[in-house]
Amino acid sequence: MLTKRIIACLDVRGGRVVKGVQFVDIVDAGDPAELAHRHAAGGADEIVLLDITATHEGRGTLLDTVKRTAAGLFVPFTVGGGIRSAEDAAAVFHAGADKVSINSSAIARPELIGEIGGSFGAQAVIVAIDARRTEGGSPIEDAEVYVSGGRKATGLRVLDWTREAEERGAGEILLTSMDTDGMRSGFDCELTAMVSAAVQIPVIASGGAGTAAHFAEVFGRGRADAALAASIFHFGVTDSRQLKTELQKVHVGVRLPC
Amino acid sequence: MIAVIDYRAGNLTSVVKALNYLGAHEIVVTQDPAVVLRASKAVLPGVGHFQSTTLLQELGLTDAIRQAVTKGTWFLGICVGLQWLFEGSTEAQDIAGLGQFGGVCERFPASFEGENLKSPHVGWNSLEGVKANSRLLRGVVDGGFVYYTHSWRAPLIQATAAVTRYGGTFTAAVEQDNIMGVQFHPEKSGAVGLQVLKNFVEL
Repeated sequence: MLTKRIIACLDVRGGRVVKGVQFVDIVDAGDPAELAHRHAAGGADEIVLLDITATHEGRGTLLDTVKRTAAGLFVPFTVGGGIRSAEDAAAVFHAGADKVSINSSAIARPELIGEIGGSFGAQAVIVAIDARRTEGGSPIEDAEVYVSGGRKATGLRVLDWTREAEERGAGEILLTSMDTDGMRSGFDCELTAMVSAAVQIPVIASGGAGTAAHFAEVFGRGRADAALAASIFHFGVTDSRQLKTELQKVHVGVRLPC
Repeated sequence: MIAVIDYRAGNLTSVVKALNYLGAHEIVVTQDPAVVLRASKAVLPGVGHFQSTTLLQELGLTDAIRQAVTKGTWFLGICVGLQWLFEGSTEAQDIAGLGQFGGVCERFPASFEGENLKSPHVGWNSLEGVKANSRLLRGVVDGGFVYYTHSWRAPLIQATAAVTRYGGTFTAAVEQDNIMGVQFHPEKSGAVGLQVLKNFVEL
């Protein structure tokens, strides 16, 4: 049976793991390589490293971090942040990433999805979408795509952009709800279910994980194929193995033993 | 020497990293048929499109691999590398595989038993029906989880060494004497995957 994936996410800034609440209030949580290995040992199905303040000057630091993190890591490893060209992606792959996550750069130039996929395979391209419900009208159907760490509205509908990303060859969608991100009060299951039903490719839900029940909800009602969590793990709330043990009790198929 | 065959289909970094981690000696990433013929073992990784295997023919690697496996070189195909061992794939109809195994790789159906089936098949799924006498899967038990990412799958054949269920049952691993293949990514499959690669390295 294909299991639901628990993906540990490391938000990195200047080579350190940080985690904000609703994209602000940054707290230091440690060394990325060390945390990635701890998550893998703790049963995480994948590791995602997002360089949240990627700058041109910071690329060297990021590639070094990717290299150190990839060493001795034998679960899928995704890197995102500041990947603006197929060359940027190639550098990250050569440093040891298995997939890249692209967000604003794909909106600025959608051809990038196909360019990276053409060289490294569609499975290696995750299109990350930061979504926010609209006020009034149909808040979910008309949910809007944001960029620049959630600061800038694009005018694009989440549903339209998700479908376009799939058509252009995205391998997976990483859907972050900015309404729930960092709140630890549960994923946006309605939004996730709508996006998941609209495409054939897997959808990773992100934003709002606080308890095991939240994961069970997003895998059930939210129709997510995978779910991403960051702060729930960093401060020793639980590890993936404990989380999966809880999920198994409520009949969610997970990778156990892991 | 282990030849890791580079036919520009995706990223070889992870496979080479895993082989190094397992203490494999003399890993050579190559496109040279002569190197493949000298190697005691050859690995054909590959993610992406079946079309990319045309380069094997163009570089003379298809003939080299055929010759090598005939004289007993240990061979491991991974993902598209496994699919290439079959006659072909509906993903690229005009391209022949090695034809070592009969049958053609086909795309997952859009629905299965009345349910919509997502494709690609991405994530951790379990191995079932693991053949007890498989050398590649020694120490791997039924229910062991491995990581997949693919939209085409190989049919069940006599040489199938393990299966996985998704939209029906497909070949997760093949093994016939010195010729082996896995549809999953052992380099990304945690302890189970490392066990499979270790078995291959230690042959």
